[in-house]
Amino acid sequence: MENQDISLPLEEQTEEFVVNIGPQHPSTHGVLRLEATLDGETIKDILPHLGYIHRGIEKMTESLGYKQSIYLTSRMDYLSAHINNQACSLAVEKALQVEVPERAKAIRIIMAELQRLTSHELWWGSCAMDIGAVTPFFLGFRDRERILEIFEANTGNRLTMNYITPGGVMQDVLPSFVSDLKTLLVKVKGYLAEYDTLITGNIIFQRRLQGVGVLPKEMAISLGCTGPTARASGVSCDVRKYHPYDGYEKLEFKEILNDGCDSWARYLVRMEEMRESIYIIEQLLDNLPEGEYRAKMKGVIKLPAGEYYQRVETARGELGVYIVSDGTNKPYRMKFRTPCYSNLAAVKPINVGAKIGDLMASMATIDLVIPDIDR
Amino acid sequence: MKTVLRYLQEVALAFRSLWSGLRLTLYFFTHPRKEIITEQYPENRTTSINIPERFAGEVVLTHDENNEHKCTACTLCEMACPNGTIKIISAQVETEDGKKKKVLDKWVYNLGMCTFCAQCIDACPQNAITMKNSFELSVYNRSDLIKTLNKPGSKLKEKS
Amino acid sequence: MIQFSDITSWIHETLSGLLSPGLTFLAELVLAGVAVLAMVLVFVVIFVYMERKVAGFMQLRYGPNRVGIWGSLQVIADVFKLLLKESFAPDSVDKLLFNLAPYLVLAVSFMALAPISWAPGLQMWDTNIGVLFISAVSSIGVIGILMAGWSSNNKYSLIGAMRSGAQIVSYELSAGLSILAVVAMCGSLSVHDIIQSQADGWWIFKGHLPIIFSFVVYVIASTAECNRAPFDLAEAESELTAGYHTEYSGMGFGIFYLTEYINMLVVAMVASTVFLGGWLPFHIYGFEAFNHVMNFIPSWIWFFGKIFFIIFLIMWFRWTFPRLRIDQLLKLEWKYLLPLSIVNLVIVAFITIMGWHF
Repeated sequence: MENQDISLPLEEQTEEFVVNIGPQHPSTHGVLRLEATLDGETIKDILPHLGYIHRGIEKMTESLGYKQSIYLTSRMDYLSAHINNQACSLAVEKALQVEVPERAKAIRIIMAELQRLTSHELWWGSCAMDIGAVTPFFLGFRDRERILEIFEANTGNRLTMNYITPGGVMQDVLPSFVSDLKTLLVKVKGYLAEYDTLITGNIIFQRRLQGVGVLPKEMAISLGCTGPTARASGVSCDVRKYHPYDGYEKLEFKEILNDGCDSWARYLVRMEEMRESIYIIEQLLDNLPEGEYRAKMKGVIKLPAGEYYQRVETARGELGVYIVSDGTNKPYRMKFRTPCYSNLAAVKPINVGAKIGDLMASMATIDLVIPDIDR
Repeated sequence: MKTVLRYLQEVALAFRSLWSGLRLTLYFFTHPRKEIITEQYPENRTTSINIPERFAGEVVLTHDENNEHKCTACTLCEMACPNGTIKIISAQVETEDGKKKKVLDKWVYNLGMCTFCAQCIDACPQNAITMKNSFELSVYNRSDLIKTLNKPGSKLKEKS
Repeated sequence: MIQFSDITSWIHETLSGLLSPGLTFLAELVLAGVAVLAMVLVFVVIFVYMERKVAGFMQLRYGPNRVGIWGSLQVIADVFKLLLKESFAPDSVDKLLFNLAPYLVLAVSFMALAPISWAPGLQMWDTNIGVLFISAVSSIGVIGILMAGWSSNNKYSLIGAMRSGAQIVSYELSAGLSILAVVAMCGSLSVHDIIQSQADGWWIFKGHLPIIFSFVVYVIASTAECNRAPFDLAEAESELTAGYHTEYSGMGFGIFYLTEYINMLVVAMVASTVFLGGWLPFHIYGFEAFNHVMNFIPSWIWFFGKIFFIIFLIMWFRWTFPRLRIDQLLKLEWKYLLPLSIVNLVIVAFITIMGWHF
């Protein structure tokens, strides 16, 4: 009652109130707390609070070896575990100047793109659920499950695979890998068509996303947004194009861009990226190179003293791994530049002035994974 | 007139988009046998459940039919493990020709701390340990999770 | 065939023989109340089970399938669970309003059942303003929701209640206008008269396009009035956790849940009475043999079949569509449904005056 102006007529004596959205809230998908100041339904201010799931992964790596640290990176962005492992492995390989066999590179790309597919499928389901449709969530999980079955059969695990390791991959793929994937990709294309009939074409869904959470191009650049979030604002920032790794330079694929800048553009970019991922995998399947799946590496990896940086494109944006080595078998410092942390910065500017429902819509399309923010 | 037509067209398009979604859910509703994907877990555990061969369920020390394993107690797996899951307790025994030799006494595996990353399997130079695809691993006591993997009376397999 | 009117008159005569006229009236009131209560509770249990199964099949899963055959006892088990749980009121809630709100909402939705005709001769209160009474009473329920939201002392609840208030006040209009179209055609507000006027064909077939349009509008508006998806902004679990009933637990929550289904029942009954001929069988003009066969199906099967059809429609919507935003919800009502309903009503009035309907 302190900020009430008594001189105003009674109907204009309004008060803003603060609502804590999170840390336990159905649509923050984890323990993120948004301190939202509301004026009725309109959002006046948002203050994100981090740290509810901070596990000190960067510090933990300093007491573990390089190989052992890789399994920790799966726990940052658990929806792109393969790609995180790949980033860390690539940084180590860069330091040791190891030549990875062609077969291992191809397998890595296939796994990374499958991982991108699983991540976007889960995102699609949970995005639709944040908008209020429950059925898509189950469809998203159904389709993700098909890909996870491939992961399970080939790598032994479903979520945190720890499959990609310095020098290649842990074990060769199954003989049936290529044929399994071919049948899978046909199925996934059918699933994507289902997504379009159920949700993409739906008038309510379109109206909920169009013009909501507008992130202008300049703002996306200055906030350091990457990945689909930035590409939907027209920022060309695909690491696979600009700093190709593991043989992406030999593949033919488009960088999906959209100038819409709103949530609907972000939705379309992710939907299109799924199709592009399928296209990338199809190119590799027909001529999967034969040969070794792993380069010979020492049991205990020691990096030469120095600083190494490697960036990859995860499902959410650019992941950078920065290693400072003092020549021992443990990193002196390992720093991860995670995509969600930078993308979180966009939550406040794009939501001020919007409705609570819009907050959920734009949060859903930015696609935050909370453990990736906190590490 | 044009605005009225556009207004009506908008309404018609909206209804069409909603109908296409409704048709899909109606298809799911009317084809339960074809579309339902949930597995009836406790019932299908002996029939249709599919656990891949490579599924990383738990670490096992492989024993052959003579109750012999290949572990030389070199502790590479213990060093490779990120979580301190593995504890190798070795014993010094005297062989027939009077040399002292390190043999495996206890291969202690703490299942409760294992993240199934398979670093130990990767590190083992003798291929003595593998991942088994068992998955129903819950127990009632936490102490039951700490397992000794080498079977009683087992010994190192001689190199032929 | 046994008529329900025979049973009711037999009960009346037996009671009159035993008791004085005043006591007979009282006993009949109690009997009717108990009968409706039991009937409605059975319906709600069936609806909850049906909703879970419909949701399950639409979401590629089985729904409840562990308790009883095909999970049929799951709902009963859940009711017992809710009954046994403590109905907990948090500190600093307005205790009186907090505890009163669920019962108010429940009482209101039972009141709306009074003028409904279940079967020939089975009607509690044949008033001449039946339809008006239902639509008037069903909008009182929002007061209970506002009460619950305000007294919970929870910001989510408050926002949910306010949304619900805005929503129900708006959608009452087009629900009322679409019923009015039929009322204009048959010229009576009494539920019994409306049903009787459809003896030669249901209004949805007799009334040309305008009545089909009002049926669609009524289904949309009534979905909104029941606070069900895609108009479940008052609950909006991804935005407001559970909206106005966030703080309720145990049977307090149970009653809100129950009320949602009773409201659906009322809405389905009104829709089937006004548009689909209530308990009247389906007749095609000219096909005497077909009509005769249809007459053999008991009236209560017709009525319940229609109710379940409408309920299935509402459930189908819920498990397909995303939720609207609050401003879009109000825009849909005030910019699309209401103007179109008014135009529609004018057309209906014109048709009625010219006598063009069948």
